[in-house]
Amino acid sequence: MKKWGSIRASLPPIIFFASIIILWEILSQVIQFPAYILPAPSIIGRSLLTNASLLIHHAGATLTAVAGGLALAISTAFLLALAMDRWKPLKQALYPVLVVSQAVPIFALAPLMMIWFGVGLLPKVLIVALVCFFPLAVNLVEGLSQVDSEAIDLMRIMQADSLMIMKSVQLPTAMPYFFTGLKIAATYSVLGAIIGEWLGARAGLGIYMLRAMNSFRTGDVFASIVVVILLSLVLFKVVDAFSWLAMPWKKDVSNYIEE
Amino acid sequence: MNEIEKLKLEKISSTYYSGEKRLSVLENVSLHVCPGEFVSVLGPSGSGKSTILKIAAGLLKPDSGKVWIDGENVTGLPQLVGYMPQQDLLFPWKTMWQNAALPLLASGVSKKEAFDHVAEMLPLFGLKGFADYYPYQLSGGMRQRAALLRTMLIDSNLMLLDEPFAALDALTREQMQDWLLGIWGNFRRSVLFVTHSIDEAIYLSDRVYVITERPGKNAIEQNIELERPRNKRILTTRDFTFYKKILINALAN
Repeated sequence: MKKWGSIRASLPPIIFFASIIILWEILSQVIQFPAYILPAPSIIGRSLLTNASLLIHHAGATLTAVAGGLALAISTAFLLALAMDRWKPLKQALYPVLVVSQAVPIFALAPLMMIWFGVGLLPKVLIVALVCFFPLAVNLVEGLSQVDSEAIDLMRIMQADSLMIMKSVQLPTAMPYFFTGLKIAATYSVLGAIIGEWLGARAGLGIYMLRAMNSFRTGDVFASIVVVILLSLVLFKVVDAFSWLAMPWKKDVSNYIEE
Repeated sequence: MNEIEKLKLEKISSTYYSGEKRLSVLENVSLHVCPGEFVSVLGPSGSGKSTILKIAAGLLKPDSGKVWIDGENVTGLPQLVGYMPQQDLLFPWKTMWQNAALPLLASGVSKKEAFDHVAEMLPLFGLKGFADYYPYQLSGGMRQRAALLRTMLIDSNLMLLDEPFAALDALTREQMQDWLLGIWGNFRRSVLFVTHSIDEAIYLSDRVYVITERPGKNAIEQNIELERPRNKRILTTRDFTFYKKILINALAN
């Protein structure tokens, strides 16, 4: 019953989306718009198919930068949030810096990363990490501070040490906040990697997009956009699945977070 | 009295500070619990009853006065006692048995041993077959019993219970009272029980302290000499009504 309900709920957007594509295709056939300005969906589809292995290769490079950057952002955000929770002066000192750091546009930082670290994988990983770090760190700091003081009291009565209090009370309290941050970070991460690749790369969807654009292969540009969207969606779903695994006590995590 | 009191509070005063405001919560409150005794603290809401328990557990340092456990001055030092706060405080991210096993795990018992120990206790607490349920899947009474099981597993002969049944409906509450008396009869721990229900205080206790409205002060101390084991029939006896009158009067003043 529940399955049918969720299928039915996803029907309207699917139908809407499909009608747009069909309408677009028909209009392109009728108006005969130049393909280098707005290619028909069929042209984009053909580009996706013929360049499939090439796209997969470039998507792989982008995904590597995304995964590396996310891993770096998650681990540093955790370390910093835990330290800030432990030593309040550190939190008071660093929290404003964190917020200000967000005001620096990533477009301004990316060229610096290139100058310092070249056109390899490292600058992309760093750019992704920079974009993802903020939502993760801020949400984690917020989550760790939401701990019920009565729960801590209870643990102290049981003579639990601070490691056990961290594991049994603080981290689980912070989990929903962490995953809220991670969902935002996951969507930012692909964007960060693409920006990094635009400025120079050997492989990646960003550089593929740039090359296609420079030679007016607009169909290929659109194809790479489709792949970027798919990549973001998959990433979002993976994070969602992880949040389910990590928080089995939440019947519906996404509902909880959207409250 | 020739034996040492399990718990003794001596002239406890406590003030609550909130910014510029100061609110006197307790004034010269003294009470004691003898080994194996069931003692209740009865008072209107806002009489600082919960504060008494927090001070007894060492979670709060009183402005003046001393706390003794087993004849040792433990004022302001968190003690290993069976403290059960007002909300059940079961952690939603832990299953029922993981919650109940927390005190065992905190004291360094292995997971396997802790589970076996909890599993052994489940039938007595009416929780058999629910070990792997999350708190949200349990009824109010079950959650309360799980919290009580966790409290029992704290390795201490002293239990400090803060209105454990206040959130339950009347029927469940009465069942839980009988059940608590049964458990207490089995284990004979010293209990300090906070409540604002007169019937509950008389029905459960050997002795009742009445505390006045804020700031909380000792009003009266009343022995309850009703035969044990008790059942709901005593609620309509003359002796019960006799005690009830005394306590109602003490609360009214």
